[in-house]
Amino acid sequence: MSKTSRTSVTVPPRAQRGSIIEIRAIAQHDMESGFRYTDGGKIIPRDIIRVFTCTYNNVEIFKADFYSGIGANPLVIFTTIATETGTLEFRWIGDHSYEAVNQANITVV
Amino acid sequence: MRQDSHFSRFQQGRRTWFKRIQKLGLMAIGVWFSPVTVFAKPEDAARAIQAITGGKPLINGKVNLAIPTLIENGNLVVLKVSVESPMTENDYVKAIHVIAEGNPLPNIFTAYLTPRSGTANLTTRVRLADSQTVWAIAQMSNGSFYQGRAETLVTLSACIESV
Repeated sequence: MSKTSRTSVTVPPRAQRGSIIEIRAIAQHDMESGFRYTDGGKIIPRDIIRVFTCTYNNVEIFKADFYSGIGANPLVIFTTIATETGTLEFRWIGDHSYEAVNQANITVV
Repeated sequence: MRQDSHFSRFQQGRRTWFKRIQKLGLMAIGVWFSPVTVFAKPEDAARAIQAITGGKPLINGKVNLAIPTLIENGNLVVLKVSVESPMTENDYVKAIHVIAEGNPLPNIFTAYLTPRSGTANLTTRVRLADSQTVWAIAQMSNGSFYQGRAETLVTLSACIESV
Protein backbone atom coordinates (compact mmCIF):
# COMPACT_ATOMS: atom_id res chain seq x y z
CA MET A 1 0.00 0.00 0.00
CA SER A 2 1.54 3.23 -1.03
CA LYS A 3 0.58 6.76 -0.06
CA THR A 4 0.30 9.67 -2.42
CA SER A 5 -1.00 13.25 -2.35
CA ARG A 6 -1.79 16.26 -4.46
CA THR A 7 1.14 17.92 -6.21
CA SER A 8 1.44 20.96 -8.41
CA VAL A 9 4.14 22.00 -10.87
CA THR A 10 4.63 25.20 -12.82
CA VAL A 11 6.58 24.99 -16.07
CA PRO A 12 6.30 27.56 -18.88
CA PRO A 13 4.29 25.90 -21.71
CA ARG A 14 6.66 27.24 -24.40
CA ALA A 15 10.19 28.56 -24.37
CA GLN A 16 13.00 29.65 -26.67
CA ARG A 17 15.66 27.00 -27.35
CA GLY A 18 18.58 27.54 -25.00
CA SER A 19 16.73 29.87 -22.65
CA ILE A 20 16.72 29.35 -18.89
CA ILE A 21 13.30 28.47 -17.50
CA GLU A 22 12.13 28.51 -13.90
CA ILE A 23 10.35 25.47 -12.52
CA ARG A 24 8.25 25.36 -9.33
CA ALA A 25 7.21 22.10 -7.76
CA ILE A 26 5.14 21.66 -4.63
CA ALA A 27 3.74 18.56 -2.93
CA GLN A 28 1.04 18.44 -0.30
CA HIS A 29 2.71 16.80 2.70
CA ASP A 30 2.90 17.41 6.47
CA MET A 31 6.66 16.66 6.59
CA GLU A 32 6.39 15.42 10.19
CA SER A 33 9.89 16.06 11.49
CA GLY A 34 10.13 13.25 14.05
CA PHE A 35 11.25 15.73 16.70
CA ARG A 36 7.80 16.62 18.04
CA TYR A 37 5.97 15.12 21.00
CA THR A 38 2.28 14.57 21.75
CA ASP A 39 0.80 16.00 24.96
CA GLY A 40 1.26 12.52 26.44
CA GLY A 41 5.01 12.82 25.91
CA LYS A 42 5.18 10.28 23.08
CA ILE A 43 7.40 11.13 20.14
CA ILE A 44 5.61 11.50 16.81
CA PRO A 45 7.40 9.29 14.28
CA ARG A 46 9.07 10.89 11.31
CA ASP A 47 7.08 11.01 8.08
CA ILE A 48 8.76 13.09 5.40
CA ILE A 49 9.42 13.19 1.67
CA ARG A 50 13.07 12.18 1.29
CA VAL A 51 13.84 12.54 -2.39
CA PHE A 52 12.61 14.77 -5.18
CA THR A 53 13.72 14.23 -8.77
CA CYS A 54 12.98 15.94 -12.06
CA THR A 55 13.64 14.32 -15.43
CA TYR A 56 13.50 16.05 -18.82
CA ASN A 57 12.72 13.54 -21.58
CA ASN A 58 13.93 10.80 -19.23
CA VAL A 59 17.24 12.52 -18.40
CA GLU A 60 17.65 13.54 -14.78
CA ILE A 61 18.21 17.30 -14.55
CA PHE A 62 17.58 17.96 -10.87
CA LYS A 63 17.53 15.99 -7.66
CA ALA A 64 17.17 16.98 -4.02
CA ASP A 65 17.46 15.11 -0.72
CA PHE A 66 15.08 16.45 1.91
CA TYR A 67 15.58 16.14 5.66
CA SER A 68 13.38 17.09 8.63
CA GLY A 69 14.36 20.73 8.25
CA ILE A 70 12.24 21.17 5.12
CA GLY A 71 8.92 22.85 5.85
CA ALA A 72 5.47 21.31 5.38
CA ASN A 73 4.22 21.15 1.77
CA PRO A 74 7.76 21.27 0.36
CA LEU A 75 8.25 23.79 -2.42
CA VAL A 76 11.30 23.80 -4.67
CA ILE A 77 12.05 26.46 -7.26
CA PHE A 78 14.94 25.72 -9.61
CA THR A 79 16.03 26.40 -13.18
CA THR A 80 16.90 24.43 -16.27
CA ILE A 81 17.78 25.11 -19.90
CA ALA A 82 15.00 24.52 -22.43
CA THR A 83 16.70 22.10 -24.83
CA GLU A 84 13.92 20.33 -26.72
CA THR A 85 10.16 19.84 -26.87
CA GLY A 86 9.05 17.12 -24.52
CA THR A 87 7.92 16.12 -21.07
CA LEU A 88 9.23 16.94 -17.62
CA GLU A 89 8.48 14.33 -14.99
CA PHE A 90 8.53 15.09 -11.29
CA ARG A 91 8.71 12.42 -8.64
CA TRP A 92 8.53 12.67 -4.84
CA ILE A 93 9.49 9.65 -2.72
CA GLY A 94 9.13 9.50 1.05
CA ASP A 95 8.62 7.54 4.26
CA HIS A 96 5.86 4.91 4.55
CA SER A 97 6.18 4.20 0.80
CA TYR A 98 4.95 7.64 -0.19
CA GLU A 99 5.23 8.30 -3.91
CA ALA A 100 3.78 11.04 -6.08
CA VAL A 101 4.36 11.71 -9.78
CA ASN A 102 3.46 14.74 -11.87
CA GLN A 103 4.22 15.74 -15.46
CA ALA A 104 4.35 18.90 -17.53
CA ASN A 105 4.81 19.39 -21.25
CA ILE A 106 6.99 22.04 -22.82
CA THR A 107 7.20 23.23 -26.43
CA VAL A 108 10.62 24.56 -27.39
CA VAL A 109 10.84 26.82 -30.43
CA MET B 1 43.10 63.78 57.40
CA ARG B 2 40.29 65.04 55.24
CA GLN B 3 42.12 63.92 52.18
CA ASP B 4 42.48 60.40 53.69
CA SER B 5 38.75 59.92 54.21
CA HIS B 6 38.17 61.00 50.65
CA PHE B 7 40.62 58.41 49.49
CA SER B 8 39.03 55.56 51.51
CA ARG B 9 35.58 56.48 50.21
CA PHE B 10 36.95 56.29 46.71
CA GLN B 11 38.42 52.86 47.49
CA GLN B 12 35.07 51.68 48.88
CA GLY B 13 33.26 52.82 45.77
CA ARG B 14 35.68 51.03 43.53
CA ARG B 15 35.24 47.77 45.48
CA THR B 16 31.44 47.69 45.23
CA TRP B 17 31.76 48.52 41.59
CA PHE B 18 34.03 45.52 41.12
CA LYS B 19 31.52 43.29 42.94
CA ARG B 20 28.72 44.47 40.67
CA ILE B 21 30.77 43.71 37.61
CA GLN B 22 31.45 40.22 38.96
CA LYS B 23 27.72 39.63 39.44
CA LEU B 24 27.09 40.72 35.86
CA GLY B 25 29.69 38.24 34.75
CA LEU B 26 27.96 35.41 36.61
CA MET B 27 24.65 36.39 35.04
CA ALA B 28 26.24 36.30 31.61
CA ILE B 29 27.52 32.77 32.27
CA GLY B 30 24.01 31.78 33.42
CA VAL B 31 22.51 33.00 30.18
CA TRP B 32 25.19 31.20 28.21
CA PHE B 33 24.28 27.83 29.78
CA SER B 34 20.50 28.30 29.62
CA PRO B 35 18.56 25.47 27.91
CA VAL B 36 17.93 27.61 24.86
CA THR B 37 21.60 27.86 24.02
CA VAL B 38 22.28 24.22 24.90
CA PHE B 39 19.65 23.24 22.30
CA ALA B 40 21.87 24.62 19.55
CA LYS B 41 24.75 22.31 18.75
CA PRO B 42 27.27 23.93 16.45
CA GLU B 43 29.60 20.92 16.81
CA ASP B 44 26.92 18.69 15.22
CA ALA B 45 26.80 21.12 12.31
CA ALA B 46 30.59 21.02 12.11
CA ARG B 47 30.41 17.22 11.95
CA ALA B 48 27.76 17.39 9.19
CA ILE B 49 29.94 19.81 7.22
CA GLN B 50 32.95 17.53 7.74
CA ALA B 51 30.91 14.61 6.34
CA ILE B 52 30.13 16.67 3.21
CA THR B 53 33.59 18.03 2.51
CA GLY B 54 35.60 15.06 3.74
CA GLY B 55 38.07 17.45 5.37
CA LYS B 56 38.67 19.55 2.25
CA PRO B 57 39.06 23.28 2.86
CA LEU B 58 36.02 25.51 2.61
CA ILE B 59 36.54 28.73 0.70
CA ASN B 60 34.45 31.75 1.64
CA GLY B 61 32.55 33.38 -1.19
CA LYS B 62 30.65 32.60 -4.39
CA VAL B 63 27.71 31.33 -2.33
CA ASN B 64 24.91 33.73 -1.48
CA LEU B 65 22.39 32.54 1.08
CA ALA B 66 19.32 34.71 1.63
CA ILE B 67 16.97 34.23 4.58
CA PRO B 68 15.09 36.95 6.46
CA THR B 69 17.15 38.41 9.33
CA LEU B 70 14.12 38.44 11.63
CA ILE B 71 11.74 35.49 11.45
CA GLU B 72 8.42 35.47 13.30
CA ASN B 73 7.58 31.85 12.61
CA GLY B 74 10.37 29.31 12.25
CA ASN B 75 8.05 26.70 10.73
CA LEU B 76 8.10 28.17 7.25
CA VAL B 77 11.09 30.25 6.27
CA VAL B 78 11.79 31.12 2.64
CA LEU B 79 15.41 30.31 1.87
CA LYS B 80 17.19 31.29 -1.34
CA VAL B 81 20.62 30.08 -2.37
CA SER B 82 22.55 31.21 -5.39
CA VAL B 83 26.07 30.28 -6.40
CA GLU B 84 28.23 32.22 -8.86
CA SER B 85 29.13 29.75 -11.57
CA PRO B 86 29.18 29.73 -15.39
CA MET B 87 27.38 26.32 -15.25
CA THR B 88 29.26 24.89 -18.23
CA GLU B 89 30.33 21.26 -18.76
CA ASN B 90 33.77 22.03 -17.30
CA ASP B 91 32.76 24.31 -14.48
CA TYR B 92 29.48 23.86 -12.69
CA VAL B 93 27.97 23.44 -9.24
CA LYS B 94 27.47 19.77 -8.48
CA ALA B 95 25.59 20.09 -5.23
CA ILE B 96 24.34 22.62 -2.72
CA HIS B 97 24.10 21.58 0.93
CA VAL B 98 22.26 23.65 3.53
CA ILE B 99 23.17 23.18 7.20
CA ALA B 100 21.47 24.85 10.19
CA GLU B 101 23.58 24.68 13.33
CA GLY B 102 20.66 25.21 15.73
CA ASN B 103 18.31 22.55 14.37
CA PRO B 104 17.96 19.11 16.03
CA LEU B 105 19.17 17.66 12.70
CA PRO B 106 21.60 20.14 11.10
CA ASN B 107 21.09 18.90 7.52
CA ILE B 108 18.17 20.66 5.85
CA PHE B 109 18.56 19.64 2.23
CA THR B 110 21.01 18.75 -0.51
CA ALA B 111 20.28 19.69 -4.10
CA TYR B 112 22.14 18.09 -7.02
CA LEU B 113 22.56 20.23 -10.11
CA THR B 114 23.91 19.61 -13.61
CA PRO B 115 25.27 21.87 -16.37
CA ARG B 116 21.71 21.71 -17.76
CA SER B 117 20.50 23.68 -14.73
CA GLY B 118 21.66 26.86 -16.46
CA THR B 119 21.98 28.72 -13.17
CA ALA B 120 22.69 27.67 -9.61
CA ASN B 121 19.66 29.37 -8.06
CA LEU B 122 17.37 27.58 -5.68
CA THR B 123 14.43 28.54 -3.48
CA THR B 124 12.71 26.42 -0.86
CA ARG B 125 10.97 26.71 2.50
CA VAL B 126 12.67 25.43 5.63
CA ARG B 127 12.17 25.06 9.38
CA LEU B 128 14.43 26.82 11.85
CA ALA B 129 14.36 25.72 15.49
CA ASP B 130 16.18 28.71 16.93
CA SER B 131 18.04 31.93 16.24
CA GLN B 132 21.17 30.68 14.58
CA THR B 133 23.64 30.69 11.72
CA VAL B 134 22.67 28.82 8.56
CA TRP B 135 25.39 27.62 6.18
CA ALA B 136 25.19 26.88 2.47
CA ILE B 137 27.99 24.80 0.99
CA ALA B 138 28.50 24.52 -2.75
CA GLN B 139 30.34 21.51 -4.12
CA MET B 140 31.94 22.45 -7.44
CA SER B 141 32.58 20.11 -10.37
CA ASN B 142 36.35 20.44 -9.83
CA GLY B 143 36.04 19.14 -6.27
CA SER B 144 36.41 22.41 -4.40
CA PHE B 145 33.95 23.67 -1.78
CA TYR B 146 32.65 27.18 -1.25
CA GLN B 147 30.56 28.40 1.65
CA GLY B 148 28.16 31.20 2.45
CA ARG B 149 26.24 31.89 5.60
CA ALA B 150 23.37 33.90 7.04
CA GLU B 151 22.57 34.86 10.62
CA THR B 152 18.95 34.92 11.69
CA LEU B 153 16.75 35.72 14.67
CA VAL B 154 13.75 33.42 15.22
CA THR B 155 10.88 34.56 17.45
CA LEU B 156 8.63 31.48 17.29
CA SER B 157 10.69 28.34 17.04
CA ALA B 158 9.77 25.33 14.90
CA CYS B 159 9.39 21.79 16.29
CA ILE B 160 9.24 22.44 20.04
CA GLU B 161 5.44 22.61 20.17
CA SER B 162 3.47 19.46 21.02
CA VAL B 163 0.35 18.22 19.28
